[in-house]
Amino acid sequence: MSKLKVATVWLDGCSGCHMSFLDMDERLLELAEKIDIVYSPIVDRKDYPDEVDLALVEGAVASVDDEAKIKKIRAHTKFLIAMGDCAITGNVPSMRNPIGPQAILDRAYIENATLQQQIPTVLVPKLLTVVRPIHEFVKVDLHLPGCPPSANTFYTVLTALLAGETPDISALTRFGA
Amino acid sequence: MSAATDIKTLVINGQDVSARPDQTILDVARENGINIPTLCHLDGLTDVGACRLCLIEVKGQNKLFPACVTRVEEGMEVTTESERLAKHRRTILELLFAERNHICAVCVANGNCELQSLSQELGLTHVRLPYRNPELNVDASHERFTCDHNRCILCTRCVRVCAEIEGAHVWDVMGRGADCKVITDLETPWGDKNSSCTKCGKCVQVCPTGALYEKGKVGIEKPKHPEFLPYLNLMREAQ
Repeated sequence: MSKLKVATVWLDGCSGCHMSFLDMDERLLELAEKIDIVYSPIVDRKDYPDEVDLALVEGAVASVDDEAKIKKIRAHTKFLIAMGDCAITGNVPSMRNPIGPQAILDRAYIENATLQQQIPTVLVPKLLTVVRPIHEFVKVDLHLPGCPPSANTFYTVLTALLAGETPDISALTRFGA
Repeated sequence: MSAATDIKTLVINGQDVSARPDQTILDVARENGINIPTLCHLDGLTDVGACRLCLIEVKGQNKLFPACVTRVEEGMEVTTESERLAKHRRTILELLFAERNHICAVCVANGNCELQSLSQELGLTHVRLPYRNPELNVDASHERFTCDHNRCILCTRCVRVCAEIEGAHVWDVMGRGADCKVITDLETPWGDKNSSCTKCGKCVQVCPTGALYEKGKVGIEKPKHPEFLPYLNLMREAQ
């Protein structure tokens, strides 16, 4: 049997979910016998592959870039997992929602900058007015809450999915876990 | 009337139970080890039926009843668990999450929150409704406590404990619909020099979320202790 093609994606999050994923440690070797990581921040591949079996998406949708990415990911992925609270609720990135992106940009690039006070307009994607969870843009097949979900949670869920079972998410993790 | 005729018998989830006529369905269910989820209810306070999580089905009736404010009746057949109830309860939690800014990961009550643990218990893994993201203030004017409206679910436990147990009635509710919020005195800062707050901290202990908390003590290091209430009531009755 060919290995399952797995992607991990980093949108507006802190990469903590990816760190926790890596915290599976030696169990990653066991998983590597069954899966291939075909796209990830830790894999040197620039474009999202045409056919991915399973994608773990970290982070909320906060910019036009994120929005385009999540739509492309959904179109080329069979099973999409929202990984962690940012992807599911907006979490910390969404804390700017009540005050809007301009206030954040001003604070970061004008008020707190001592040199070259200017808001970047080239090379960085435009921020959306509101940071939103990924299921508000695309269909999500499984929500895996946690900030971040623990390595044990990742391992239990992935091994269950590989065995064709449906994991009981609420028995494993919760918002803010 | 003899004591025996005062006893009502009813059925909860197929189980025969007996109750005093002044008991609510919630009381009787819990007495018999049947768990009904609640948020606004707290042993020791008057029930207001605000959160609707305790909705139950009664045979022969189309509408649902809040178990905390529904008295038992002879021959009642009550169902506390069904697909329909589970769906409503999850939706209520989703509405609560969507209404304000509940960011569990950075909340002082993370790990000690009734809203959070109920979501896990009822299998809520995401909120299908769009978040409202209102801009709400945090009142940190009090020397000992903080009120964060972002986390408030308007259960009114603070209002009731302050009025009924402490007898100070510092807390109340103002506004309607989405503008509804808990206030201290006449919407003056909690720590105002003319505040009627007695600094007893009962409101903080009964708050189910991170809306009211003691300064400098957060999360795991400071679980809340609402269990003091039934004990306090018992001691007062004994006097």
